[in-house]
Amino acid sequence: MEKDVVQMKNITKKFGNYKANDDISLELKQGEILALLGENGAGKSTLMGMLSGLLKPTSGEIVINGKSVKMENPRDAKTLGIGMVHQHFMLIPAFSVLENIILGDEPLKAGHINYKQAAKDIALLAGKYHLKIDLSAKVADITVGMQQRVEIMKALYRKANIFIFDEPTAALTPQEIDQLMKIMRALSDEGKSIVFITHKLKEIKEVADRCVVIRMGKVIDSVKVAETREEALAEMMVGHKINFAVDKKETNKKETIFKIDKLNVEAHGQLKIKNLDLTVHSGEIVGVAGVDGNGQSELIEAITGLRKIKTGIVVLNGKKIQHQSARKIAEAGVGCIPEDRQNVGLILPLTISENLVLKSYYKKPVSNKGFLNYKKINEDGRQLIKNFDIRSQSEKELVGDLSGGNQQKVIVAREISAQPELLIAANPTRGVDIGAIEYIHEKIIEQRNAGRGVLLVSFELEEILKLSDRVVVMHEGQIVGEIDPRDTSSEELGMLMAGKQLAE
Amino acid sequence: MSLSTILMTVFSTTLIYAAPLIFTALGGTFSERSGVVNVGLEGMMIVGAFSSTVFNLSFGNVFGAGTPWLSLLVGGIFGLLFSLLHAVATVTYRADHIISGTVLNLMAPALCVFLTRIFYNGKGQTPVIDQSMGNFTFPGLTNIPLLGKILFTRTSLIAYLAILVGGASWFFLYRTNIGLRLRSVGENPTAADTLGINVAKYRYMGVLISGALGGIGGAVMAQSITLNFSASTISGQGFMALAAMIFGKWNPMGATGAAVFFGLAQSLPIIGGYIPILSHVDSVWFQIAPYAITIVVLVVFLGKAVAPAADGQNYIKGK
Repeated sequence: MEKDVVQMKNITKKFGNYKANDDISLELKQGEILALLGENGAGKSTLMGMLSGLLKPTSGEIVINGKSVKMENPRDAKTLGIGMVHQHFMLIPAFSVLENIILGDEPLKAGHINYKQAAKDIALLAGKYHLKIDLSAKVADITVGMQQRVEIMKALYRKANIFIFDEPTAALTPQEIDQLMKIMRALSDEGKSIVFITHKLKEIKEVADRCVVIRMGKVIDSVKVAETREEALAEMMVGHKINFAVDKKETNKKETIFKIDKLNVEAHGQLKIKNLDLTVHSGEIVGVAGVDGNGQSELIEAITGLRKIKTGIVVLNGKKIQHQSARKIAEAGVGCIPEDRQNVGLILPLTISENLVLKSYYKKPVSNKGFLNYKKINEDGRQLIKNFDIRSQSEKELVGDLSGGNQQKVIVAREISAQPELLIAANPTRGVDIGAIEYIHEKIIEQRNAGRGVLLVSFELEEILKLSDRVVVMHEGQIVGEIDPRDTSSEELGMLMAGKQLAE
Repeated sequence: MSLSTILMTVFSTTLIYAAPLIFTALGGTFSERSGVVNVGLEGMMIVGAFSSTVFNLSFGNVFGAGTPWLSLLVGGIFGLLFSLLHAVATVTYRADHIISGTVLNLMAPALCVFLTRIFYNGKGQTPVIDQSMGNFTFPGLTNIPLLGKILFTRTSLIAYLAILVGGASWFFLYRTNIGLRLRSVGENPTAADTLGINVAKYRYMGVLISGALGGIGGAVMAQSITLNFSASTISGQGFMALAAMIFGKWNPMGATGAAVFFGLAQSLPIIGGYIPILSHVDSVWFQIAPYAITIVVLVVFLGKAVAPAADGQNYIKGK
């Protein structure tokens, strides 16, 4: 049996009255890859923040290599051989890769930095761990995958033995993920220990030895990955059985709720939407599939009034809504969960309840003769937080402090509570954990079952096929095909998205 | 006047006017590379000019010809002390950098003219200093044919020193580990912090160096050009230095070069009269020229130049 390199004993961390970590204990053995699984906001990052010296535990003990330690700052963690690969890379884009790696631990020669020596040392490490990096390139010019390798190299250069990877695959392409898995295995083969924070089950199955599941700040279980099924892991993470199938009531297609006729839209001087026709009926989810950049964003912007329509007609419930202000269109009954939640959907430095009234703040009862009724705003906020299961400390918490999934829930709560006739959902579950995905899907289907129209734009084929009653495929600004999701495979859909016609 | 005499005049006048700008622009570079915007350079120059003039007037008879050089040191020290206000306000108390710098610019002339009135019998300006920085001829180098006369005869020694300081600043910022760390806190303080770099320490360093260099810049102005101190001793040079820093892309060598260019612009009112083609032009145009050129350069280059990524952003450490 290998020895424990890390023992975290009865760790509790409080932010104010909120317990982010509640009596958590875990140990990490030498050469082991330990997955830390949990939903967004479950307390994984907080726990690892304490192991990397960024946060201090409220109570509990951390033992590294058999010695009880108290870390005051990241430098202490570094001295103990702990290296963190942050989710949001801690790199300086204007510096070279080499400068980024040595920053803070520069080898010196006669008062100046010995770049040659540093480059030699790093090349040696890079060879050993198969880390392909270009030392002279500027970080701003390299791919996300290489940026991550630079982060790993930063830790290796500092002689780390314990690696913490904080959601390392979030921003990577499938090929880069494969490479990362190889690197992680190479590290573990060399006797280095890894904690791997994630909420992606596939990756855990692929690379981890053991998995610790955390929910609401508590350890739920610690299991051997090889002996546990993905479904079981998912259940432990969210705390109930995951409904992989969806509950769609058969609805009779009723009247046309929303119709686009010969729509043309320009962006940056180019025609991005070309003569597009689209219909949504009440009680129907229409999925718009397509590769990113084929006009989906422009379509949504045109419908919601954020982009000028060149020609064409947009009708909601028999009323023309084109060439109107975004507010008028929203009031006419169009709700939208935008794809860029942080820049378009929310105002991060405002509170949850303020964000929840962004579409109604100017109307009674929220506003009275130009004065905001904060009592009402916060009351409504509390209600929606409860109804939509937004995990937060209070309705006055800043939206910027919430996790991604909970930020998305704030938008969903605002848009759905306005009871729109047509709900547009653009990549509603991107970057959101399983529990929240399930929840958001449920809410979208609820809208459909209530007889409203839903336009779902997504790059996730599985999501489109699972939710939609009808799927249209968008390619270069046009609808190039329509399919029935019940008898179409992802492969066929993928062909259409690439602009190929299906052989009949 | 022969061509070589005209060139010598143009060159030495340019250098004389460039010297204060070089020091101050380098100061600005240090501050902004560490992530603290420094619009208070003007104020730091004023404090440097005032303190150096007072020192010169008080100790001129003690130190003789060495007095102006010691005055520069004094100007630097007081500039540094004055910039401490900016550092405390922006780094420790996270005030808005522009507002803090503006406070410095408003405070410095008021304070220094007030003190002038107290020290010098209620007058708004100090007497003229006896020991000033004269011109300098490099022994040996002056014998180089043609160039020796243009570049090294009756020229400004302090300007050459300033250019050397520019080179040294570049080496410091781009070749030493302290320079690398100072630049890192101006680019991404969070990343620097995770590597154990003390963000506040390096930002204080950047601001204080800028205060010292700005103070020296102001002192050079008083010791070699105006030769006394009044409210108009420093009239926009701090902002020209700021423009030179931007024009020079926040790089010490670039800032030095740009400052020499602005020195040329500033010397126009003086040399305009000597240059035959330009002697008919109304001198008012030459007097406007430095300011007009500053504005034009800023408009053209400000959008394109890439400032340090975290320039002007206060850093709040996580709990």
